[in-house]
Amino acid sequence: MLELFGTSVNLAPIWLTLEVAAITTVVLLLLGTPLAWWMAKMRSSNKVVLEALVALPLVLPPTVLGFYLLIIFNPTGPVTEFLRFFGFEGQLTFSKTGLVIGSVFYSLPFAVQPLMHAFEAIPQRLLDAASTLRASFLDRFFTIVVPLSQRGFLVAATLAFAHTVGEFGVVLMVGGNIPGQTRMVSIDIFDHVESLEYDQAHILSAMMLIFSLCVLMLVYGLNRRFGVKVG
Amino acid sequence: MKRLLGVMALGVSMGAALLGSAPAMADTANIAVAANFTKTIEEIGQVFEKQTGHQVKFAFGPTGKLYAQIKNGAPFDAFFGADEKRPLKTAEDGIGIEKSYFVYAQGQIALYSAKYPVAEHALEVLKEAKFNHLAIANPKTAPYGERAEAYLQKVGLYDGVKAKLVNGESIAHAFQYVVTNNAEIGFVALSQLVDPQSPVYQKGQYWIVPQSEYKPINQGAILTQRGANNVAATAFMEFVKTPKAIEIIQRYGYNVQ
Repeated sequence: MLELFGTSVNLAPIWLTLEVAAITTVVLLLLGTPLAWWMAKMRSSNKVVLEALVALPLVLPPTVLGFYLLIIFNPTGPVTEFLRFFGFEGQLTFSKTGLVIGSVFYSLPFAVQPLMHAFEAIPQRLLDAASTLRASFLDRFFTIVVPLSQRGFLVAATLAFAHTVGEFGVVLMVGGNIPGQTRMVSIDIFDHVESLEYDQAHILSAMMLIFSLCVLMLVYGLNRRFGVKVG
Repeated sequence: MKRLLGVMALGVSMGAALLGSAPAMADTANIAVAANFTKTIEEIGQVFEKQTGHQVKFAFGPTGKLYAQIKNGAPFDAFFGADEKRPLKTAEDGIGIEKSYFVYAQGQIALYSAKYPVAEHALEVLKEAKFNHLAIANPKTAPYGERAEAYLQKVGLYDGVKAKLVNGESIAHAFQYVVTNNAEIGFVALSQLVDPQSPVYQKGQYWIVPQSEYKPINQGAILTQRGANNVAATAFMEFVKTPKAIEIIQRYGYNVQ
């Protein structure tokens, strides 16, 4: 609990939100990097399909995505069965794991698109030159691609993180609003508004607003200085 | 004599309102309605439009959202909330007209499960608590959730199920948890079960929590200052109190006082 302007604000949802956003960002960078690389190098017309699929969460209303997740996450559903195969126990809905998986889907375009654009901007001749010097793929990736796409990684990470922090529909649908486990800050604000506790809502909203503004300024600042394409 | 004339004038105007199909008399009302009442009020609206020639347009949403919109100047002629608090609060804010306020329906809570024999053994099922999740609407924001939680406390079963509670944002959301199988059991609204279009219509089992066990879930309606001059809005408020409308409301699983 924190006292601000005479109103006590529970900070637990904020910490949970930051934790889920951080884990989601790491997962997205790990999964998004190979996916973005693959898409950047793709020459076939299938690329269009893949690009559209990745961008889907941008246009789908989060509550729709959340409702589908509710269906495919259910304890007898395909995703849970698949994870059981790897020794997963428990249930995806109403758990932090479920929140992270949902957020990974939801924030996918925000990580993959900047990475893809960064990878596309790397001159092929640099990679070819390295190949002639017998640099292995991993060698080329870590000594050429990663340093040249630094800003792309930074933008991808920032946007993925910020977007997950601001997420509402998906976590609302699959989370179950359990205090300390799945009650994230956006839901907390919604609850305060619904129960007419406008003071708490104002404070949390102001925190979110300032945070988002800072993140966006950071991203646009990076854009200006280094010319990284976003979105 | 004066009084008689007044009564006659009233009679004539009421007759005109009832005949009402004269286009010059017809008006359109915009009405904000709590999402749980969607289908019921749409059916009432159809009958109303047919009988009076007026038009009613409904905007559906969570009661708290609608209240916030109305408070900030949203152009609604009447407000049908999911509780009493927020429609009455519009009167405090000087937007709603207090004397037009009435309770149009009372929600009924039911315990539903596709897996457990709740129709006959609801309390035993709750007591044994073998399920992983029990869905309720958020007690803090949704009246159905608040009553369900209070009921569990009253019968001394709350502590036993506390760790298994999952909160839907609204009663509709709690219902989704149960329908999609994510929670095996849940406190939902009877209106969600008796609707022939409900995904669980005549599937699974339910038990209606006796009305005497919890404070009534009164849903209140109020006319706004804006709606006071709207013939369609005032007529609709009265229409909801007629036997025809009450029959529809009861058919959808609500009580009427």
